[in-house]
Amino acid sequence: MKAACWFGKKDVDVVDVPDPQLINPRDAIVKVTSSAICGSDLHLYNGFIPTMESGDILGHEFMGEVVEVGAKVGNLSVGDRVVIPFPIACGGCFFCQEKMFSLCENSNPNAWMAEKLWGHSPCGIFGYSHMLGGYAGGQAQYVRVPYADVNHVKIPAGLPDEKVLFLSDILPTGWMAAEACGIRPGETVAVWGCGPVGLFAMTSARLLGAGRVIAIDRFEYRLRMAIDHCGAEVLNYEDVDVYEALRETTGGRGPDHVIDAVGLEGHMPGAYGLYDRVKQMLMLETDRPAVLRQAITAVRGGGTVSVAGVYGGLLDKIPFGAIVNKALTVKSGQTHVQRYMQPLLDRIVAGELDPSFVVTHTLPLERAAHGYETFLRKQESCVKVVLKPHGAAGPLTAAGPEL
Amino acid sequence: MEPLQLAESAHAVPLLPATRSRAAQRRGRGRRAARPGDDALARGLGWLGLGLGMMELAAPRRLARFLGVGEHDGLIRVMGLREIASGVGILAKPRPTAGIWSRVGGDLLDLSLLGAALGTSARRGRVLASLAAVGGVTALDVLAGDRLARRTPSRAADASRDGSVQVLESVIVNAKPARAFELWSRLENLPTFMRHLERVEQRGADRSHWVARAPGGGTVEWDAEIVEETPGEVIAWRSIGESGIRNSGSVRFLADPAGRGTRVEVDLRYMPPLGGAGALVAKLLGEEPSLQLKEDLRRFKQILETGEIPTTEGQSSGRDARAGHGARAHRKEIAR
Repeated sequence: MKAACWFGKKDVDVVDVPDPQLINPRDAIVKVTSSAICGSDLHLYNGFIPTMESGDILGHEFMGEVVEVGAKVGNLSVGDRVVIPFPIACGGCFFCQEKMFSLCENSNPNAWMAEKLWGHSPCGIFGYSHMLGGYAGGQAQYVRVPYADVNHVKIPAGLPDEKVLFLSDILPTGWMAAEACGIRPGETVAVWGCGPVGLFAMTSARLLGAGRVIAIDRFEYRLRMAIDHCGAEVLNYEDVDVYEALRETTGGRGPDHVIDAVGLEGHMPGAYGLYDRVKQMLMLETDRPAVLRQAITAVRGGGTVSVAGVYGGLLDKIPFGAIVNKALTVKSGQTHVQRYMQPLLDRIVAGELDPSFVVTHTLPLERAAHGYETFLRKQESCVKVVLKPHGAAGPLTAAGPEL
Repeated sequence: MEPLQLAESAHAVPLLPATRSRAAQRRGRGRRAARPGDDALARGLGWLGLGLGMMELAAPRRLARFLGVGEHDGLIRVMGLREIASGVGILAKPRPTAGIWSRVGGDLLDLSLLGAALGTSARRGRVLASLAAVGGVTALDVLAGDRLARRTPSRAADASRDGSVQVLESVIVNAKPARAFELWSRLENLPTFMRHLERVEQRGADRSHWVARAPGGGTVEWDAEIVEETPGEVIAWRSIGESGIRNSGSVRFLADPAGRGTRVEVDLRYMPPLGGAGALVAKLLGEEPSLQLKEDLRRFKQILETGEIPTTEGQSSGRDARAGHGARAHRKEIAR
């Protein structure tokens, strides 16, 4: 089969690899009909995530059709249409039973690596480094899904891929980030980053009762999307001082809650931005937490700092004093996708939510390398790239390809 | 050959770790698995050694002036190399006990050299201050070495007086004690999660025959008998007869106080062939018993909680796709 593989920093290539096989009794094999490139894949592409190995198959946002089922998967049949959550969960451990699926204690065969870095290991993740399991990802024609009885949501016929594909990661991720804020009706939520996760966090904040949503980015086309699809007010951080602008628009108090939907490759103009780039280059810090610093400083006392963006290692100059002295709540985590898939699917079916608006590019899998580069450089107003491993046979939405 | 003593009372009653390690000191044995934080001091000392060593190499004269001793560039550079060597030794090892003791040796050397300088130097105050500083570092080195020695049960050097090695590990599983007990008490199950075991055969009610992979290849075999078995609580065994490796083990199943399953505590003890030297050789071959047991328990938990051991062995990748083209063609040539 064909699969998009990582061969090194900024080196992704679609090559022929062996078809996946059932290995364990709870495995299933899925024929992938749509597979998206995630913003967090760009961290891999840029070489910021350790323990990748040349030849690893990428991709953790995918869906398709079940073509093979292991002996112990009782609730799936060949032909079922499914979306697969990016965190692999076993369903049997303490964390899975507490619905904290991304903390599954069993699904990472290389847990010892993550334990060295973080003390404890999270779950295994498709196509996201050996430290997180080394599982082959879904930017491929077929994929092996471990613990498949737990790791799927069935999709009713009639819904196009683009409407449900993002149940795999970014829609629940945006939702969980907003939910973590504990928004009370009418409150103001500021969201850094108008990538797909940021946009979905805004949509979710609205659905959860926020009165005002303020979007912060530097790309006009993305800010435009926040206005058009999420009812957000916008700030371009290259034009205004974000802290001052947020103060001003909230009567000096600051937003009630802030969401960092940017993560470890944050950009920041000026001295701090340069400082982070230099330190990261010298390996003195692994992540560039520009957004996190600004969000912590801007949020009102007693507010919530919700971190949906990915951070991996050590961050420098985090104003922890502000967290203490403003009595802030900090929430984060890899998304417990399995917890949100069904309720969010229900909202999509009911027409309350249509996540397909983020799709700007639909490409055949063969053009994955071009997709990564376009997404990274934010060329052609790119927000989200969907790859079609078996050709573009799937139905496309109106909001789909604007190529 | 006398059979090994099994875990004593300290383990039968779940004592607090501090209590346990005090009991261990009394008997001169490690009783607690090493923790990641234990060697933080050692690592700090490793870095200190590296830094100081570099300084001694790069600027011996300035350092000599600072210490108040005469200009002995060559000697100071040699001392610098020694500092760097022991620093690297400490930082490169997961349990740098030998590196730390080499530092203590170096400290004593430094102290004696400074002592000699005290008689001849015109700047006695400086030398005295240097002596005090090195004395302080020596104390830290001794402390770190002592801590590591006491807290590393799997190391050969701190095996108990009879030469046996003890490994302790525990894991919490989301199952009732009875279920966890059941999986373990069928001894023929053990090889599915204990990778160093090839097979275990039940031979009668209390007897079993064990075949294990030896470090560096080959197998060792022995017979064992159950010496304690209370369903849902404890199972303990020990080897009998002269053959194989003398060993004993116990597993305790303790219901979690918050009702979240069972804490499984394993206590293994074995007499390495050739005593402490054998344990050291095994370690050099990469057979670190406590890490091995930790991974064994992880697999035990996975079987119990998920019914299988998750793996990526045998999955697809593009590893051969690029580098492989030439190599594969070459192999085909040879095959012809």
